[in-house]
Amino acid sequence: MAIINRGFGGRRGTSDPRLPPGQTLVGDWPVLTAGPTPDISTDEWSFTITTETGVQHRWDWGTLHEVGVEDVVTDIHCVTHWSRLGMPWRGVSVDRLFEDVETSCDFVMVRTHDGYTTNVPLDDLLEGQAWIATEADGEALTAEHGGPARLLVPHLYFWKSAKWVAEMRMMPTDQPGFWEQNGYHLRGDPWREERYW
Amino acid sequence: MTAGFRAAWHVGRVVSRRAETRSAVRLEIEVPTWPGNHAGSHLDIRLTAPDGYQASRSYSIASSGPATRVVLAVDEVLSGEVSPYVVHDLREGDELEVHGPLGRYFVWTPEDPDPAPVQLIAGGSGVVPLFAMADARERQPHGTDFRLLYSARTPDDVFFASELGALTKTRVDIVHTRRSPLGSPRPPGRLTQESLAELTFPAGVAPRIFVCGPTPFVETVSRWLLELGQDPARIRTERFGGSG
Repeated sequence: MAIINRGFGGRRGTSDPRLPPGQTLVGDWPVLTAGPTPDISTDEWSFTITTETGVQHRWDWGTLHEVGVEDVVTDIHCVTHWSRLGMPWRGVSVDRLFEDVETSCDFVMVRTHDGYTTNVPLDDLLEGQAWIATEADGEALTAEHGGPARLLVPHLYFWKSAKWVAEMRMMPTDQPGFWEQNGYHLRGDPWREERYW
Repeated sequence: MTAGFRAAWHVGRVVSRRAETRSAVRLEIEVPTWPGNHAGSHLDIRLTAPDGYQASRSYSIASSGPATRVVLAVDEVLSGEVSPYVVHDLREGDELEVHGPLGRYFVWTPEDPDPAPVQLIAGGSGVVPLFAMADARERQPHGTDFRLLYSARTPDDVFFASELGALTKTRVDIVHTRRSPLGSPRPPGRLTQESLAELTFPAGVAPRIFVCGPTPFVETVSRWLLELGQDPARIRTERFGGSG
């Protein structure tokens, strides 16, 4: 039941094979957040991985940077249909942070400093696929984009890249986070248009 | 509260269109399979060119409840590719694909048991989902107090002007940033923290707050609200546009 909108298509966004279906390239960087932007200083920021046995691995701003910050150039895709291509980021690989973590759980609940959550399979966070990002576009991450640090999981829709990231808590089964309870897909692969359920 | 209204693809038909402001149209779309929607939710419109090219955009819904008649008010984004078509080219009788209803967080439902007052704060076309909430409240005989603070450029840029003027259960205050109506006690100018404090429920009554507008507007207003002592957990926001 394809509907054709006659006369549509005169102005078109840039087409690019790197754009997943239903996405449009933008030049600016839209902001999407469920509530007010929290003001978190680098002094009070921390990031913790909590395992199923209650063991906690914790980094503050200084010890996070000692792990090693790397450059990442990647495309990002928001569920609200915009994408940015070839965007420069800097951050700490999640692989490095999991080096000493012992877990048999396959799922992670990501929690933010302002209390929101999103669920991500552990397999989507390892093997060079995810970072704790501290810089974007050559500058420190601004608060409205999740600064001082946010999760960066660019192969999933961008709500999974939680702003103001605070914790990853290991889970034996996949439980929906805040966004997923509010209608967003459990996994969110942009190439399969896993937007909503 | 968030039960029902499952999102799916639907085909709708434009049954009426009229100018809403100088740059926006109001569309009534009949969607026979529409499940209904909460006040504040949105939908995706997908347009398809004759050669198969497609583009999708999200728009807030101005109507709510079980009806299959969906009301949108779409503002033209001059550099856009979907909104100019919707504003200038989409005609009565045309069909289009919609996906929704979407969003279960930036919504208000009449069944909401929270007795606290509800403060709506809109910048520009961000009034659309907030109008849906005020309209849903209007149709209830009993319920909590609503206020709407609406920042618009000029009187000609006010969405739902006559409907807002007729609301009896929501107190409406419009701040005009460029030109005020004749006889207005308030000279044109941007919203300030002082006028925000004067025209909204105070923190002491712990209102629920919904803010919708362009990103810089929402960032500024929500920061001011926190400085005025409002609880961040009770502020829900929806932004559009980039941060530059």
